[in-house]
Amino acid sequence: MKLDTSGLESAAPVWGAPSELVDGFSAAPLFEVPNTTDFDGFQKEAIQMVKPAKGTTTLAFIFKEGVMVAADSRASMGGYISSQSVKKIIEINPYMLGTMAGGAADCQFWHRNLGIKCRLHELANKRRISVTGASKLLANILYSYRGMGLSVGTMIAGWDETGPGLYYVDSEGGRLKGMRFSVGSGSPYAYGVLDNGYRYDMSVEEAAELARRAIYHATFRDGASGGVASVYYVGPSGWKKLSGDDVGELHYKYYPVMPSTVEQEMIEVAGA
Amino acid sequence: MECVFGLVGNDFAVVAADTSAVHSILVHKSNEDKIMILDSHKLVAASGEPGDRVQFTEYIQKNVALYQFRNGIPLTTAAAANFTRGELATALRKNPYSVNILLAGYDKETGPSLYYIDYIATLHKVDKGAFGYGSYFSLSMMDRHYHSGMTVEEAIDLVDKCITEIRSRLVVAPPNFVIKIVDKDGAREYAWRESVKDAAAASA
Repeated sequence: MKLDTSGLESAAPVWGAPSELVDGFSAAPLFEVPNTTDFDGFQKEAIQMVKPAKGTTTLAFIFKEGVMVAADSRASMGGYISSQSVKKIIEINPYMLGTMAGGAADCQFWHRNLGIKCRLHELANKRRISVTGASKLLANILYSYRGMGLSVGTMIAGWDETGPGLYYVDSEGGRLKGMRFSVGSGSPYAYGVLDNGYRYDMSVEEAAELARRAIYHATFRDGASGGVASVYYVGPSGWKKLSGDDVGELHYKYYPVMPSTVEQEMIEVAGA
Repeated sequence: MECVFGLVGNDFAVVAADTSAVHSILVHKSNEDKIMILDSHKLVAASGEPGDRVQFTEYIQKNVALYQFRNGIPLTTAAAANFTRGELATALRKNPYSVNILLAGYDKETGPSLYYIDYIATLHKVDKGAFGYGSYFSLSMMDRHYHSGMTVEEAIDLVDKCITEIRSRLVVAPPNFVIKIVDKDGAREYAWRESVKDAAAASA
């Protein structure tokens, strides 16, 4: 709906050098309006542009020994791969990790902000904040910016007094407590491998291999995921990075090239 | 896709809700409890946008608790329902909440009651109500089999009939449901109806 903005225009010329004639009076107050014809729809457009860009695969799950967190490392801008080495697992504090999906700046900034709030909580209350509390802090902040175009799909994983904790928090304001989550454009592929191979009583090595494999399979099928599969483990004494493998190399490790039987060979003809 | 429905029986009210948390084609969680115990004798079954659902119902819950602290007596179900509707109405023209609510409660003086509150702040006191795609199936089932003064067994039987109908007829039917009941002894969980169990049964 085109609004009637004639009331906003002032008598004075907007562009061009202020002339001596006009300098004297105060022109009708002008305030900044967005440079668009569609005032009501432009914001929705901005959000829609960002929405599909959760081009990533991240996953996390709780098992007997703690929490396993894994992610790829590709950043894509539409069809262009802007980076293959993005850190998508953010270290909030020595015993809590956050994963990044959606807008990189949004995720990095708000996770850093969450880290600050967690530290302030520790100083004010003389004890560490729980994973429940940290995720609620982040969820409330994101909820208050709801509809303004933030794009964040994150998992908060950590170990607190009650044991391992895992929460999914997104920029729509949703917050879910769970045992396994995968976020990003590659997540349906990762879920398939993860759900099938998951057992609560796995060892740390088995769980790391499951996480790595799930990320690999997602990067294989999803164009927006790739680079390096990083795997982190969160245990009672905090988080530890377990591995970072290039998914290209993982492919040949899982599916090595078999020398195939040669059916026909081109032989050099001897002599001229 | 979220299914919420409830009915009033003889000295109790029962509500049922599906328990799947869905994001486009992905089911993030299939044991998400969407029926909040508002206070000792009230239940709020909510469906809608995930952020709004949790934030709005918690906001109502805290305000209801505050009233009790300040005044020493709990709100009646009718008062809580009208307060909820008022908050939705105030926010409607500025920053609307996309939540549909069925508020069930039991008051000593007036007995059980069920209130239908939708996202544009409609308020109705009803004997039976439903929200979501599931309502297409559960409303007619309830219309057919409901009569006033049903016993708990009859009411749960009707709830199960509705769940069966939703599971068989709704194209993306939620697999699991939770049923909660409120009567003179308070609000509590009655049962879960699960057809898909999460692998890690140790519920988060």
